[in-house]
Parts: sequence; C-alpha cells; structure tokens
Amino acid sequence: MWFRYSASHVRDPLKEAEEDLELFRKRMLSPPMEGAAGPTGTWRIMKPVIHEDKCVKCGMCWLYCPENVVSWEPGRVPSIDMTYCKGCGVCASVCPRKAIEMVVEEV
Amino acid sequence: MSVSLPQLVKSPRKGVMPGNPACMGCPHTIGLKIVGRVLGDRAVLVVPAGCTSIIVGYGGKESLDMSFVHVPFASAAAVAAGLAAAFERKGLSDRIVIAWMGDGGGADIGFATLSGAAIRNDNIIAIVSDNEAYMNTGIQASSTTPWKARTTTSPVIGKTEEKKDLATIMLMHKVPYVATASVGYPLDFAAKLKRAAEIKGFRFIHLHSPCPTGWRFDASKTVEMAKLAVETGAWILWEYNRGRFEISPPSKPFADPSKRKPLKDYIMAQGRFSHLKDEDIEFIARKIEENWRIVRMLEKIFSS
Ligand SMILES: Cc1ncc(C[n+]2csc(CCOP(=O)(O)OP(=O)(O)O)c2C)c(N)n1
Ligand code: SF4
Ligand code: SF4
Ligand code: SF4
Ligand SMILES: [Mg+2]
Repeated sequence: MWFRYSASHVRDPLKEAEEDLELFRKRMLSPPMEGAAGPTGTWRIMKPVIHEDKCVKCGMCWLYCPENVVSWEPGRVPSIDMTYCKGCGVCASVCPRKAIEMVVEEV
Repeated sequence: MSVSLPQLVKSPRKGVMPGNPACMGCPHTIGLKIVGRVLGDRAVLVVPAGCTSIIVGYGGKESLDMSFVHVPFASAAAVAAGLAAAFERKGLSDRIVIAWMGDGGGADIGFATLSGAAIRNDNIIAIVSDNEAYMNTGIQASSTTPWKARTTTSPVIGKTEEKKDLATIMLMHKVPYVATASVGYPLDFAAKLKRAAEIKGFRFIHLHSPCPTGWRFDASKTVEMAKLAVETGAWILWEYNRGRFEISPPSKPFADPSKRKPLKDYIMAQGRFSHLKDEDIEFIARKIEENWRIVRMLEKIFSS
C-alpha cells in the first residue's frame, strides 16, 4: 500500500491516505465484541439451571465462569446468558450450595 | 492490599467477552478475565502464539476488552519491554505492559527474551499461564509438563523429565516481584496483580492453569483441579515482593503435610496420569516435599 503515495498516478494523496486509514480501521483493528466465535451456546450439551431457592447469592459462579456469561451483583441471584453459555458446568461445580443443576440440553 | 468480589464486579472492564473461541472450561479465560477486571483500563497485553492467540478472537472480532498485540513466539517479553520504554518516552507511564504467555512461550521458546527482560529489569509484568503443555498445537510436552504426564510427544510412558520450576528461576534474576498464582484462587491472583502493578521494574507471575482438553478431565472440573493442586501441596502459592518472601494464605495450611488432601485425588483425576502406579505417586510426593523445602527455605531467607 505504501507505494501509492509516491506513484505518479496519485492525484489526491491526502484523500487516499484517509481511505487507507479507514480500510486499516475496518480490516486491521478488531473491536471487542460478544460472539467473536459465533453463538457459542450452540456448543452446549448440558445446560445450567439455577435453583433460586437454594442460592445464597455468593457470586462464586460469577467469579469462576470461564465464559463470563453469568450476571451477578452482590445480594442478587445470578442469571446466565444462554446465547453464549457453553455448558461447561464450572458454575455448578463451584457452587457451594449445589444450587446449579446441569440438565441435558434440548433443541 | 486485597481485592474483593464486589470490587471485581464493579470493574468497568469485562476482561473476556462471551462467545469467545476457547474450549469449554478453559483456564486461560478465567485468568484473562481477572487481568481485565483488575488492570484492564491500563493494560496492554503482548501475546505470543498459543491458545490465547485464538481465544482473543480472529477475523476482525476481538474477544478481550483490552488492548493487545500479537507477536512472534520468542519475542513476547522483548516486544513488551520495547512498548514499555516507548510509553515511558511518550509520557504514558500509567500504561501497564503485560506479556501474557503460555508455558511454551514463557518457559521454552520465549525464555531467552523473558530472561533478558528480567535481567534488565524492564518495566513489564510477565505472566505465564501454565497449562503444562503446548496445547494450541495439540498437547506436546513443554519443560513445565510434569514428570510422567502423557502428551502427544510422550504418549506411552509419559514425560521422562521433570517440571521446570520457572518462578524460582525468575526469582533468581533478582527482580523486584515474583509470585505464583492459580486460576482456582482468582482473588489471590487479583491481589497479586494489584500489588505487582504498583511496582516499577520486572514483575513475574506464574499462573497455574489446569486445562481440561490437554490434561484429560471433564470441563466442569477446571477450578476443582486447580484447587486440588493447591490442597494436595502439588502447587504452592507464594509471593516475593521487594525483599520479602511469603507463602500465600491459600497455601499456608498445606505447609503441614498432614493437612493436605491425598495426592492421588489430584493425580488420578487426570487422564494424562491414568497409567501411574502407586510408586510413581510416591515419587511425585517426594518431589513435592522437595519443593516445599525450597519454598520454606526462601521464606526463611527473605523474612525481613
Ligand atoms: C516460532 C514458532 N514455533 C512454533 C509455532 C507453533 N505454535 C503455535 S502455538 C504453539 C503452542 C503454544 O504453547 P504454549 O505457549 O504452552 O501455549 P498454550 O497453547 O498451551 O496456551 C506452537 C508450538 C509458532 N507459532 N511459532
Ligand atoms: S456452564 Fe460454564 S459457561 Fe455456562 S454459565 Fe456455567 S460456567 Fe459459565
Ligand atoms: S455459586 Fe451457587 S449459591 Fe453462589 S450465587 Fe451462584 S448459584 Fe447462588
Ligand atoms: S486447549 Fe486448554 S488452554 Fe487451550 S483453549 Fe482449550 S481449554 Fe483453553
Ligand atoms: Mg501451554
């Protein structure tokens, strides 16, 4: 791309440089986004189900979820974003009250 | 200086975005999540080849909400040192440059540049997320793969060499800060990151990252395995901070062998060790005791 600025056919080098910068932004810089690997919820074989009556709102599932799909605030029962939850079962395994049950996913 | 759960929740950064390409139950993502939540708005990650290169996204989509740079394998610590120097020149010295590497990247292929950055006391935090093999290319043994662990390059009797003790090697570079950590103890890791961030110079954290894919255990057990490693004494959490060496609180009780969980519970839960006999486990137990002797001695030496 660099040669464009020195080549004789370039009429408006500034405009072309701006176009290139735009291309760079589009193609070379990657903004953070959910679902970089698609809707990873489709990977799920088992699905976590939170039993609210057993939950003590400790946040351990939030802390350890490798996928960062558990939403939680102190004093609240957590919730899980099923679009991206991969169903690994880490949340169920770390829950001190066994309030999360892994059930077979059905489609 | 500790970090609490509500503090992590309130962080403006998520660390890792949902829907990333990591395997189910990936330890690196737990670690990256903590890095993002503690240092995300000041951090620039430098990442050599490894699972993390994939986890962070591809094709114009990023799954970390932190700045990062992909770099060739051997160069991570060198690129990080260069970036840190450039930030300093530009007056942006609040930026924290973190070389985030796998064990292959840190203990083997990038070890020369890591050692170089340490001995020059370059102003970076180097974190080796140790899943004890070259996972991204299909589970080849690295120098931090434990003795007897089966990998695709040690498929029958397991690895014939022992695990390299990277953290003490880095400590012997006489740098200001060295610690071990574990994805099983995120708050301990978060506190160490926070303390490391306050120091100028070379800081090193060796993060233990049990990998379900490579170690052959169920994806739900990543955290359980990380905790078992500490509770059986196999992984020792410690921290050296400018002259003072301390066994970290989660590991403290396990200095006493009678308080430890049976080593067999940790070893036999992993498919890569399923061929081990009782005498092998006894041998590993003796080696673990040796590590404890070293750690206790270091605590005694650096106790002032
Ligand atoms: C110079 C060079 N050699 C080999 C490779 C191939 N390669 C890519 S990722 C990888 C494994 C990395 O292992 P590790 O650093 O432990 O990270 P992990 O994947 O386990 O997180 C290898 C060997 C490469 N990209 N560049
Ligand atoms: S199953 Fe795994 S990905 Fe889903 S919420 Fe639990 S820990 Fe997170
Ligand atoms: S770990 Fe269990 S008890 Fe704690 S918040 Fe999550 S579901 Fe509730
Ligand atoms: S192989 Fe292990 S470290 Fe790599 S992405 Fe999968 S779980 Fe994570
Ligand atoms: Mg590795």
